[in-house]
Parts: sequence; structure tokens; C-alpha cells
Amino acid sequence: MKIRSMCRTPEARQTRRAHRTRRFLRLAGTGAAALLALSACSSSSDASASKKPTGTVTVFAAASLKESFTTLGKEFEKEHPGTKVSFNFGGSDSLAAGITSGAPADVFAAASPATMALVTDKQGTAGAPVTFVRNQLEIATLPGNPDKVSSLKDLTASGLKVVLCDRTVPCGAAAQKALDAAGLKLTPVSYEHDVKSALTKVELKEADAAVVYRTDVRAAGSKVAGVEFPESAKAVNDYPIALLKNAQNTTAAKAFITLVRSEEGQKVLTGAGFLKP
Amino acid sequence: MTRHDPTVSGSTGTTTHASAPAEDALVGGPRRGRVRRSGAPLPLLLPALVGLAFLLLPLIALLVRTPWHSLPTQLASTEVWQALRLSLVSATAATAVSMVLGVPLAWLLARTDFPGRGLVRALVTLPLVLPPVVGGVALLLALGRNGVVGRWLDAWFGITLPFTTAGVVLAEAFVAMPFLVISVEGTLRAADPRYEEAAATLGASRFTAFRRITLPLIAPGIAAGAVLAWARALGEFGATITFAGNFPGRTQTMPLAVYLALQNDPAAAIALSLVLLAVSIAVLAGLRDRWITAS
Amino acid sequence: MTAARSHASPTSGSHGAEAERVTEEARDRGLDARLVVDRGSFHLDVALTAAPGDVVAVLGPNGAGKTTALRALAGLAPLSGGHLRLDGAELDGVPPEHRPVGVVFQDYLLFPHLSALDNVAFGPRCRGAAKVESRAQAAELLARLGLADHASARPAGLSGGQAQRVALARALAIRPRLLLLDEPLAALDARTRLDVRSQLRRHLAEFEAVAVLVTHDPLDAMVLADRLVVIERGQVVQEGSPADIARRPRTDYIAQLVGLNLYRGRADGHTVRLDTGAAITTTEELSGPAFVAFPPGAVTLHLDRPSGSSARNLWRCEVSGLETHGDQIRVDLTGELPLAADLTTIAAAELGLHPGALVWAAVKAAQTHAYPA
Repeated sequence: MKIRSMCRTPEARQTRRAHRTRRFLRLAGTGAAALLALSACSSSSDASASKKPTGTVTVFAAASLKESFTTLGKEFEKEHPGTKVSFNFGGSDSLAAGITSGAPADVFAAASPATMALVTDKQGTAGAPVTFVRNQLEIATLPGNPDKVSSLKDLTASGLKVVLCDRTVPCGAAAQKALDAAGLKLTPVSYEHDVKSALTKVELKEADAAVVYRTDVRAAGSKVAGVEFPESAKAVNDYPIALLKNAQNTTAAKAFITLVRSEEGQKVLTGAGFLKP
Repeated sequence: MTRHDPTVSGSTGTTTHASAPAEDALVGGPRRGRVRRSGAPLPLLLPALVGLAFLLLPLIALLVRTPWHSLPTQLASTEVWQALRLSLVSATAATAVSMVLGVPLAWLLARTDFPGRGLVRALVTLPLVLPPVVGGVALLLALGRNGVVGRWLDAWFGITLPFTTAGVVLAEAFVAMPFLVISVEGTLRAADPRYEEAAATLGASRFTAFRRITLPLIAPGIAAGAVLAWARALGEFGATITFAGNFPGRTQTMPLAVYLALQNDPAAAIALSLVLLAVSIAVLAGLRDRWITAS
Repeated sequence: MTAARSHASPTSGSHGAEAERVTEEARDRGLDARLVVDRGSFHLDVALTAAPGDVVAVLGPNGAGKTTALRALAGLAPLSGGHLRLDGAELDGVPPEHRPVGVVFQDYLLFPHLSALDNVAFGPRCRGAAKVESRAQAAELLARLGLADHASARPAGLSGGQAQRVALARALAIRPRLLLLDEPLAALDARTRLDVRSQLRRHLAEFEAVAVLVTHDPLDAMVLADRLVVIERGQVVQEGSPADIARRPRTDYIAQLVGLNLYRGRADGHTVRLDTGAAITTTEELSGPAFVAFPPGAVTLHLDRPSGSSARNLWRCEVSGLETHGDQIRVDLTGELPLAADLTTIAAAELGLHPGALVWAAVKAAQTHAYPA
């Protein structure tokens, strides 16, 4: 609280009021929010009046967007001299918790509509979120696919060590949806806490296969082999992006969203394995 | 509250006991309690109270925010009890592993002289500074199915450790053992090595002297170290989830359950944390009482 | 007491001959050791021989190497050279747990977690006796030492004297052929010491094998031992019976311990001339290197040169220090002959002594004792 009071902006006060109304999320988000509020003191500027984007734009984005968004951020800064894109990558749900707890962000790009809903439910966005990419599940197997996995059903073979994401994280929920759609029951050796650690288990050859995102398979390069499966179409993950209500640099934020949705932006994202919406 | 902290008073008791065996033997009579002088000096009292508040405040916040009304439903879930049971079993097993391997290691470090001993001691404490997740990856690289040693375990004995309860125990022991080793080594250093010499003159081999003389003498230090290790193992998250994965009933310990609950149901996470907290406090307090009556 | 003890008779004139006889017997019975330990700048080279039944005290100032010698005997410190034979068997290189050597440590080192009985039973148990048997043996030993009532007590519950006896019982329980005692009375207060000393003397007298005790206290050494070995800076400087050593000290350290003025010089008839030029007249007739000793009480001080004194020795001295010494005044003098004199308080007051005062010191020839160096 002390930290925050150093920023005597109306936003900060509003944040504080909003904070009081929240229930449990406060616990998880308060620390991060305080730190971010401190950084916002120096970075925010009232550039919204002018049309030309300047100053810093703060983007909270799902971890899976890290590579492509970093590339886009550099492009944005090149296109608009005098701007700076500041990213905060993380699990979509903790980012959402941070935003609803008052963390100062201009743009939120989530890995699932459900996590975005955490923000929209609290009227945290300015306007409706739009889907900018979609991500599809894929099976990651050992290089060369030695177990000859060719379908989701093959994963249920006994003796095959499969890791899934936990149902509480988006990739796990999606995988469950795909399995349900296929009418399959799969007992993995582990429900991993995030998609990266599921992939790591295959990379280290501890597991024979994992159900992860296409983008993750792409990012892992030759360390895993990807196997597409038709049921993944039933569990396509939409990535929504939205301008936040508390945005302090609306102009730059809008410009960034535009870049992400532009032809140029989509090229970068599909290059990383995302699908066009 | 601090006085009842088992680790703190446990280790202090040890040092006093071990550094003054001669006085014990000579002065005779029952051990007299220290004379308590009233009034702690302010420069000590103030930071002490701030420190206490600092440690307790987050716990109090947890209690304040606990969704008490939904608590019964949260706790009714079998997964909670499954995770709790697994946590207690694996932490206890990890402590046992740490003791069986850690006490001899501490003895080696404290009582023998070999080149590079300082380096070995530093290496033993490495798991303390290593981020647990990195520790978990390192364990995978060593003992995983494709690991440096693990591949032979798999090839020769068909043993694979990741994704098993044994893997949980190993991950916890890896992180917890340094606490035990450091604690026991400190006690051994403070203990008078001449007792071992006295035992030798009476005909005891080095091992007999260790087993029948040294071990009972440093028992309080071992107990303190074991409690530290147990507590560390109980709260272990990073190494466990990385090395053993997360499967309810097999490798999902309480901290893992708490972490995953935090993803979409923070109220459940708080409820789970509360259970873990209550059980550990009960166990630690129970142990402390037993020691007091035993010693 | 035993045949062996007669070797240490104070009347025995030649130390060399006595040592030889002891050595000869020690070859197959008793202790025959030459302990050489090199530790950096410290060098210990001490020969120790003793027959069964002997009680030998190793006496010396702090840092002389007493404890090192004892540890070497126990096998707790390795020998750099020499030999160590006990009852004819070489012990050098044998680990402590396999030596028939019992040790009573200075602070006893009773195992605090074991009862007195279990402390005593520990040795027999380690050496292979059954649990019941070793406990019975321990109980018997404790009873013999008057500790039957304290068998179940923990060391923390024993008095200093009791702890000392438990430590002795524990060392005796392994039926040692060599019993080592490190400063056995040092840990006790003055009152207990008196009792324990006489008890220990009795127990040591009953002990049938070799006992070696290490002490810096001359009284302990003289009361407890039949033979003293005095070591200084790692070397034996004198050995013999307590009476012999008390009468004929050969180093300043021993002279100080037994409270004598000691001088070394060259004897020619009844006169011993010191290197400083001073001469002491004695009753003994000697020639060649010699020691002269006399007690401080034999010295009389005078302000004026005594005329009709029968004293044959008279020196001009200056008072350098005064201190109370029991019920007397110890006067330290420098001058022709540095010496210590003991005076009654009254005499000191009458003389009006103060540091810097000039006095005549007189000693009767009959009160000096001269012997070959």
C-alpha cells in the first residue's frame, strides 16, 4: 500500500477501490500488483491525446506467445520510434489475476477465452476481446516417433508413458475435450502443471508422448516429433486479445493490437505454429 | 512461540550438551536451569518482535482469508486426503533416506580428513541454493529413464523412478538431506571427539564407538536435523513436480495439489494450505513435547 | 610390596643400574618403551620401563610432553620412532582397541548417556563378553570401589570423587596390563582431592600390572607413585624414587617443585665453586661436577655481617622480592648467590626488609646437601 501511494494518480486510487471489492484473488495478485504499480510510475505517460503512438505500452501475454510477441514488439518499436513495448509473459490465469487486482497493463493477450473472461467479468476490458490466433493440440513424441503413434487412440496403448497437462491449465482442459470427443479414456503417468513441463518430459525422454500445443512442438524443433490428430479440431484454443480499461497508453496499445492482427503480425504468429482465427 | 520452535531450541540444546560434557561429568547433580534475567534489551527485543511478526503475518493473512463456510466441502474431497497422506508418507520416507545416508556423510565430513573436504562440504549444500526445479531437472538427467545412471537402472533392473512415489521420495530427499547433514555435522563438530577415543581404549572399534557412543551423544542434533529435513520435504514442490510429475495418489503431494488448485480455484488452494499447515504444526509440536519429556 | 618395587628403593645409589634391572625384567613382564614422537617443532623422546606392580609417575611442566607420551602408550597418537613392548609383546602399530591398556582420562570422559554400570560394562562388552557377564563383572568392580549404590546413576548425577572411581573401574574392567592415568586428581577440588588421593593410592597399590600416571603436581606424584620420571621439553631429566628426587633435584624445575635452592658447580673437597664465582661449603667431600641444594628455611638473614656465626657460608645479597608463603615470608635475593630464604613474619619485620635492602645471607654447611652432577 505504501508503494502504491507514491503514485498519486487517479488510476491508482481507482485501483485501490476496485481492490477492496475483490475477494480471494487479492492474495495471489497483490504483491505483483504493487511492484508493477511502482514501475508504472516511471513508464506511464499521458500520450493518449496525440494520435501518434509514443511512450511505453505494457502488454500482458500468455507464455506461449513469448517468441512471436517479442519479435512483434521489436517490429513495433521500429515502426513507431519513441515507443517501447514492455512485456509480462506468464500463465494466462495468473496474468488475469494480476490485471483484476490492479496491475497496470494496457493490453492483455490470453491463451483461452476462459482466462480472458476472468478480466471481462470484472469489466476490465475496453470493448470486447477479439480472437487473434488459434492454437491446436498436437501429440509430441520422441524424435523419429519410435512408438509409431499416429492417432490419439494410440496413446492409450499400455506401456506407453504419456503426460498430459493438468485439467486446471488450458492445455489440459483442451486435451480432455479432445479425448472426450474421441470417446477415449487415457491414464497418463502425470498431469503436468504447464505445457512446457509436459513437453520437457518428452524432450528428456522420460515420457514417450505428450499432448501439447502445435506451437510448442514447433518451438522444440528436432527434440520432439509432432503428430497431428483429427480430434484436435474439437479442442481448438482461441487466443483473445483486448485493450484494457485501465490502459494508460491507449493509443500505443491500440496500435500494438492492430499490428498483431495485421497481415504482418499473423505471418509471425503462423510461423510459430499458430493458426489464423 | 519462538521458544517452542523445535529446530531452534533443539539445536541449541545440542550444542550446550555437546560442548560441555566435561562439566556435566564433573559438576554433578541435576542440570540446573539457567538463571533468567528479566527484561530483554530493546535492541534485541524490537527486531525479534518484528521478525516474529514478519514470519507470522502471511500465515495470519491465510487464516483471515480462509473461506471457512466452504471449507467442509473442500475438505470432503478424497483427493485432499490422498495428497495429504502421500505428503506425510513421502516426507517421512525422505527423512529416513536422509538419515541413513546423511548421518554417515556428516560423520565423514566432521571426523575425517581427506583432500578436498571443503569442496565436498560445499557440494553437499548445493541443493540448498539450487532452485528446486533445476534440482528436479538434474535428478531427471541423473536418474531419469534416459539419465546418466537411470538408464542402467532401467536396463538392468527395470527400475524407472520418474512418475513414481519413490521418485517423490528421492526428489524430497535431494532437497531435504543437506539440512540434516549440516545440522548433524555441526553437532558432531561441537561434540567432544575424545569420547570416541575413550571408547577406543575400552576396545570399541571405530564403528562400535560411533554406534554406541557418538550416535546417542548427537541424537538431539540428529533429531533437530531430521525435523528440519522433514519440514523441508513436506513443503517440497519444485523438484518433486519436475522429477516425479503430478498424478493424484501416486505423486501428487499437498504442495502440488495446492499449486494446481491455485490455477483456477484459489479458495481450494487456501483450504489445502491450511490442512498442510495444521498437520505440520501438530506433528512438530508433538515431537517437541516428546523430546522434552525424553531428555 | 612386590619384588619389583624394591628396585625403586630410595637407598639405591646408581640410577643406571636400577634402570637396567627394570629393563631386563620388563622385556617379558611389564613395560619397556622408548616413545619417540615428532610433531613439528616438538620432539618427544622418552624411555619408560616398569615392572608389574610398579606405579610410575611422569611429572613435568605444562607442554613437557606428558600427555603426548600417555597418548602414545594408549595408541591414540602414533609413534614416530622407538618401541613399545608390554609383557613382551610389541604394541607399536596396534590400534588402541586391541591394546591391553586402560585409560583414566583427565576429565574422566564417562559416557553421559550410560549409567555408571553400563560405563564400566562397556569395555568387557566391546571385548567380547556377553551382556549379562559384563554387567556382573562391572557390578562387582563398582562394589569393590564402594560404588554399589551408584551403579544405576548417570555420570551427571555423580560427585567428582565418585566419577573418578567409576572412571577407574571402567579402565580396570578390561583387565589392562597397563593402566594409564592422566592428571587423575586435577579435576577435583582441594577437599575431595585429599580423600580421593588416598583411595587412589590404595587402589593403585592393589593393581598387579603396570600403572603410569601423568601429573604436574609433585605431591600427587610422590604420594601415588613408587618411581618418578621427570620430563621437560620432551626429554627425561631425572628419574628415581620420590625421596631421592626430593632430596637431590637435578633441574631448576624439580628444585622449585620440591622447594629447594639448587646450584650446579665444581666440587673440590668441601667446597663447590659455581660458575658465577660464588662458593658453597658443604659437609660432603666430592670432586668434579656437583649439585648443591639447601632449603630456603636453612637461610638466615642479617643486616650486619654476623661475627660469631657458626655458619660457614656467608653472602652479600640484595632483596629483590617478598611474598607470603604459608605462615612465612619468602624472600627472593640476588647478589653473589641468587637464593630464596624463608623467614618468620616477625623476623622479616625486625629486619625491616624491603626490595632493594642489602643483607647478609648465611647457611650452615650442615644444612646443605651436595651430590655428583
